[in-house]
Amino acid sequence: MTLHGNLTRRRLPLAALAVLAGSATLAGCEVAPKVSQQNGYRGTGMDQIYISDSEIRDEVPAPPYELPPPGGQSAGEVYENVQVLSNVSVDEFNYLMAAITEWVAPEEGCAYCHNPANMASDEIYTKTVARSMIQMTQSANNNWSDHVGATGVTCWTCHRGNNIPEAVWTLPGEPQRGIVGNRNGQNEPVSNTAYSSLPQYAVARYLLGEVEPEDIRVVSTTMHPTPANTITTMETESSYALMMHMSDSLGVNCTYCHNSQSFSAWNISTPPRATAWHGIRMVRNLNGSYITPLQSIFPDNRLGPMGDPYKVNCTTCHQGQNKPMGGVQMVADYPALQSPPQSGWRPSQAAMDMIMGPAADDTQNGVEATD
Amino acid sequence: MVDLVAQPADLVLRGDNTMARYQNIFTQVQLRSAHEMGIALPVGDEDRSGGTTFNHWAGIIGQAQIGPIYLGWLGVASLLCGFLAFEIIGLNMLASVNWDPIQFVRQLPWLALEPPGPQYGFTPFVPLAEGGWWILAGMMLTASVLLWWVRTYRRARALGMGTHVAWAFLAAIWLFLVLGVIRPGFMGTWAEAVPFGIFPHLDWTAAFSIRYGNLFYNPFHALSIAFLYGSTLLFAMHGATILAVGRYGGEREIEQITDRGTASERAALFWRWTMGFNATMESIHRWAWWFAVLTTLTGGIGILLTGTVVDNWYLWAQEHGYAPSYPDSGIADPAGLGSIVE
Repeated sequence: MTLHGNLTRRRLPLAALAVLAGSATLAGCEVAPKVSQQNGYRGTGMDQIYISDSEIRDEVPAPPYELPPPGGQSAGEVYENVQVLSNVSVDEFNYLMAAITEWVAPEEGCAYCHNPANMASDEIYTKTVARSMIQMTQSANNNWSDHVGATGVTCWTCHRGNNIPEAVWTLPGEPQRGIVGNRNGQNEPVSNTAYSSLPQYAVARYLLGEVEPEDIRVVSTTMHPTPANTITTMETESSYALMMHMSDSLGVNCTYCHNSQSFSAWNISTPPRATAWHGIRMVRNLNGSYITPLQSIFPDNRLGPMGDPYKVNCTTCHQGQNKPMGGVQMVADYPALQSPPQSGWRPSQAAMDMIMGPAADDTQNGVEATD
Repeated sequence: MVDLVAQPADLVLRGDNTMARYQNIFTQVQLRSAHEMGIALPVGDEDRSGGTTFNHWAGIIGQAQIGPIYLGWLGVASLLCGFLAFEIIGLNMLASVNWDPIQFVRQLPWLALEPPGPQYGFTPFVPLAEGGWWILAGMMLTASVLLWWVRTYRRARALGMGTHVAWAFLAAIWLFLVLGVIRPGFMGTWAEAVPFGIFPHLDWTAAFSIRYGNLFYNPFHALSIAFLYGSTLLFAMHGATILAVGRYGGEREIEQITDRGTASERAALFWRWTMGFNATMESIHRWAWWFAVLTTLTGGIGILLTGTVVDNWYLWAQEHGYAPSYPDSGIADPAGLGSIVE
């Protein structure tokens, strides 16, 4: 037998160096400065950690000029074919148009929606879309104050200077039949599921109103199994996916709304959970009443693979902040966006006119007749 | 034999020399001799197979001699079943990205082979693309694991050993089968079973806890965690102790038990003087074995009770004074359905 190897003593490597290398590796995770905030009973892990920057209020575009005083002729009296803002004073109407241009089409200007030769014409589809979006904004500010509070929303809240808001979604492609290209409606990193492997189609169903919002509740209200709740773990992943989407959108973790002791118990939850509860219903309403009806208005390049328009989710407004834009109350400068939607014009009607034929092409009379 | 042990010249502790020195970060002595071919096998067994060689790098972390191996028909059948399971899972994942090898690598952590949906209940007859492949892969994996279990039992017997390894392995198989087939059977649906996939099985784990009202209030889950953490603690204590007396030949445990001043006695005294009690060279391994085995044994019980006996562990824990109650935050359910703990 022979001996290989050696018996020399080895000095311990410099421990300090190892510790230093270890810390350097860990520090690579997230270098941004953070603040933490207790939001529940002590010792229950009710603590929110924010990246400090996310709390700073955004720089938002200033109003185009000073808000004109109320009064004077209305836009509907001065201009032709004003459908959803006809009661607004003409001065404020012009002021709002200038602001919307900056918010939605800063590059293209008025011509993004209007024919410069005939501003009253509805020939460009974006004008019809804009009408629905104005009504949507007014509806959010008036009917969903439980979610948007006094802060409210403007076009900027979603658009941020883009024709199409950066965070939008469409239905995933047709469910496959074989195994080829079949992800089972999940296992694909997309924003609707916070890039998890959770089911994305399920989130679409919650945000479209295809299922009852109460279906989000998967936890039993009884200690022992009963026939009242036969939801499986697999189906629970849908609810979980929606929650991950919300968490990712708002840049918060579960304990922003829930006490992780019991996700379902309201009496140990935080106030934002109720705000979010209304938010889910608001998104369903905005998608269902103001966006989906526009399906036939949009050209093909503005539709997803399933032929549905780009829709809203939590990220569309929140974009990583628990209060969009850090809570700036932009809408205060735009009273027209705070008034309730005028009756008479509905996106579904505009879509119907377009399908039904020539009447809709008549820019002077087509849609106005419904007013 | 003594010549084979790394013997520092100074067995006497000398502070300046012994501080910054670590002698057994890897195996310092490697044997080179005629290959050890093992004892004769019982009549009727297959031969041990495979070439026999020495490998320097294997010698650094363990025994330098590689092979021979006893595969036998159990081993062959086990590997075959395991390979089939692996292929079914892998090819399903590859198909899900349209057979694109680049996307397969990029998205591998997200890809999955999902069990059948709730519409199929617990029937074994499910279309392949809708969970049938999952059932087949699960059957192959189960066959593979059980065949390997028989193998660990029979190889231990053939060496005249006890069958502790086999029973410890069975404890792990118990948890595996509870998750994949026993509990789904009791629940009457494959939709309770775990998908194959890296992120998907982790998401399943979280969804499972969410659905059943927080698994942390499941006392068997708590026991399982205690044994799991206990196992790591015991492993660290034992591993550290033996390495710490490596300079006295501590790894030659049994032959030292009866002598005074040996590595074995120092190791024992260290713990008795540190915490008043010491395990023995034999009992420390019993401690470790039971902690490891009980981790999956209690874990499996906890999983099996979930959804079958208890549907909401938080409510169960409140009812049994097991979960603390915290002050009401005063938030009401906007749906007016009432809070579940009313």
